[in-house]
Amino acid sequence: MLKYTLHKLLVAVLVAVTVSFVAFMLLRLSGDLATAIGGESARGEDIERIRTQLGLDRPVLTQYWDWASRAASGDFGRSYYYPEPVWTLLEERLPVTLRLACWGLVISLVIGVPLGVLAALRPNTLIDRVAMTLAVLGQALPTFWLGLLLIILFGLLLRWLPISGADTWMHYILPSFVLGYYSTPAVMRLTRSGMLEVLATDYIRTAYSKGLPHRTVLFKHALRNAVIPVVALASVQFGLMLSGSVVIETVFAMQGIGQLAWESISRQDFPVVQAVLLLVSMFYVWLTFASDLINAWLDPRIRAG
Amino acid sequence: MNSPLSTASTVSTADVEVAVATPGGASRRMLQHKSFVIAGTILAVIVLMALAAPLIAPYDPYDQDLNNRLVAPVFMEGGSWAHPLGTDGLGRDYLSRVIYGARVSLMIGLLTALLSGLIGAVLGITAGYFGGRVDAFICYVLAVRLSMPVVLVALAVVSLIGGSLVVVITVLGLLLWDRYAVVLRSATQQVRALDFVVAAQAVGASTPRIILTEVLPNVMSSLIVVATFEVAHAILLEAALSFLGLGVQPPLPSWGLMIAEGRQHLLFEPWVIVIPGLALSVLVLSVNMLGDGIRDLAAPENRN
Repeated sequence: MLKYTLHKLLVAVLVAVTVSFVAFMLLRLSGDLATAIGGESARGEDIERIRTQLGLDRPVLTQYWDWASRAASGDFGRSYYYPEPVWTLLEERLPVTLRLACWGLVISLVIGVPLGVLAALRPNTLIDRVAMTLAVLGQALPTFWLGLLLIILFGLLLRWLPISGADTWMHYILPSFVLGYYSTPAVMRLTRSGMLEVLATDYIRTAYSKGLPHRTVLFKHALRNAVIPVVALASVQFGLMLSGSVVIETVFAMQGIGQLAWESISRQDFPVVQAVLLLVSMFYVWLTFASDLINAWLDPRIRAG
Repeated sequence: MNSPLSTASTVSTADVEVAVATPGGASRRMLQHKSFVIAGTILAVIVLMALAAPLIAPYDPYDQDLNNRLVAPVFMEGGSWAHPLGTDGLGRDYLSRVIYGARVSLMIGLLTALLSGLIGAVLGITAGYFGGRVDAFICYVLAVRLSMPVVLVALAVVSLIGGSLVVVITVLGLLLWDRYAVVLRSATQQVRALDFVVAAQAVGASTPRIILTEVLPNVMSSLIVVATFEVAHAILLEAALSFLGLGVQPPLPSWGLMIAEGRQHLLFEPWVIVIPGLALSVLVLSVNMLGDGIRDLAAPENRN
């Protein structure tokens, strides 16, 4: 286990460093920042001044090193737009996004796992078909469109739920549902295939032939093994939800890091964009690392690998 | 939809078998697969609609008529057959914009899937075939790519370069190769161990030759299945980017953009949002169903 952990840790660190470099370079290579910040009306000398002021005239590697070593200690510099340092902005907005992603994950698991189990227990029946149809449908609806439809229905016509902001728990219902709905099919399919596979194994047959009750076999023997891949998927989905929140937060006008990123992109506020990009990537890297470890802990076969 | 169990018993084992199967048998199986036929038909209609857009669209999709703004569709009160799906906030005929919008979605979906498929296939087959250090390196590149949030990266890059059809296709194409690489890597690993590949190596066939004539045809069905899903994925992402204002730019009729433009009429004219979203969902749904169908037909045991 120790060797496995160290190996995964090394890979994660390597990936994290590379990602931070790519995140930094991406905004440098895809255009001239100084020109973009200066805008169309800026004259040549203005652009030069912006360039020296922001240190954009130094070698790229120096700039990266400078940025990365500060970022490692939580200093992402100052926003070009807000008076606050970038870190303060992130600190303010991050809880909204995390709460949203957590609820989204809960919803996708609460719907996806039971549906997957039911579908696997009764393959080729109505339940299975309905579940699979929902899965296919779910992946076809654009999240932002579903969000707008729910706003029209529950916010404007029925007036049951607030449609923008993130002040109370009521504000989270619609956006978490939309976020969770999109990853439900993946959870469901994986639970279903995991259950189908496990239910066909010898040890399940043995458990039944020992005379164990159906329920014990199902939950203690089958489901426990079937959900192992779901654990990995859940952490990956959580990472995807953080980036998916860009769209959802914009639709529901929630002040999370997704909306912050979108606004900052439109305003060419690059320190903020880079910081959010890095933050979301790091969440993903370390969540994947955590899920690898959890998987290995749950399933000794993986450790032996 | 067929259950995996029933299909698994009728069509056995791997991709290899499908390659050997007679063409007649393949087309019969296709016609028996209900969702495949339905999805294929819907898609064919959408593709024809997109190709024949100038012939069938009743109006120019860019023609504004400020005296006829937000006319309701024919199935609603106040609608008329003059504008079957009504008009948008600038008085442009909605049906014509929906028809032309299919072109944008299809073009982005297909070209993105082609570009990302090329990158992903090269990486995946290389990793799977050579293994060892090459594999480790490509897996590392893959891990880096997976850690980058697609929407954020695409938004940031498009905002710097400026949104256009070409930019969106290129950016998405450079980002969406991950699933190809993952699937083709494991498919290649399986094929590589098979006798005919070992035999080809034994008779001294060159590596490029083995990859092109022995490996590639046998991972083709996996490639096509992933490509179908990536078409759908790219279509949804373009819509999301355009919705956020950083995809293709107005006045181009993109369904995502139409939803964004309709947002201000959310309260009183919800159909302005409902119609393009419905078009988007039907297209993505049928592409996904086609992918499911191809997967069932090609290699039922790969279904998850």
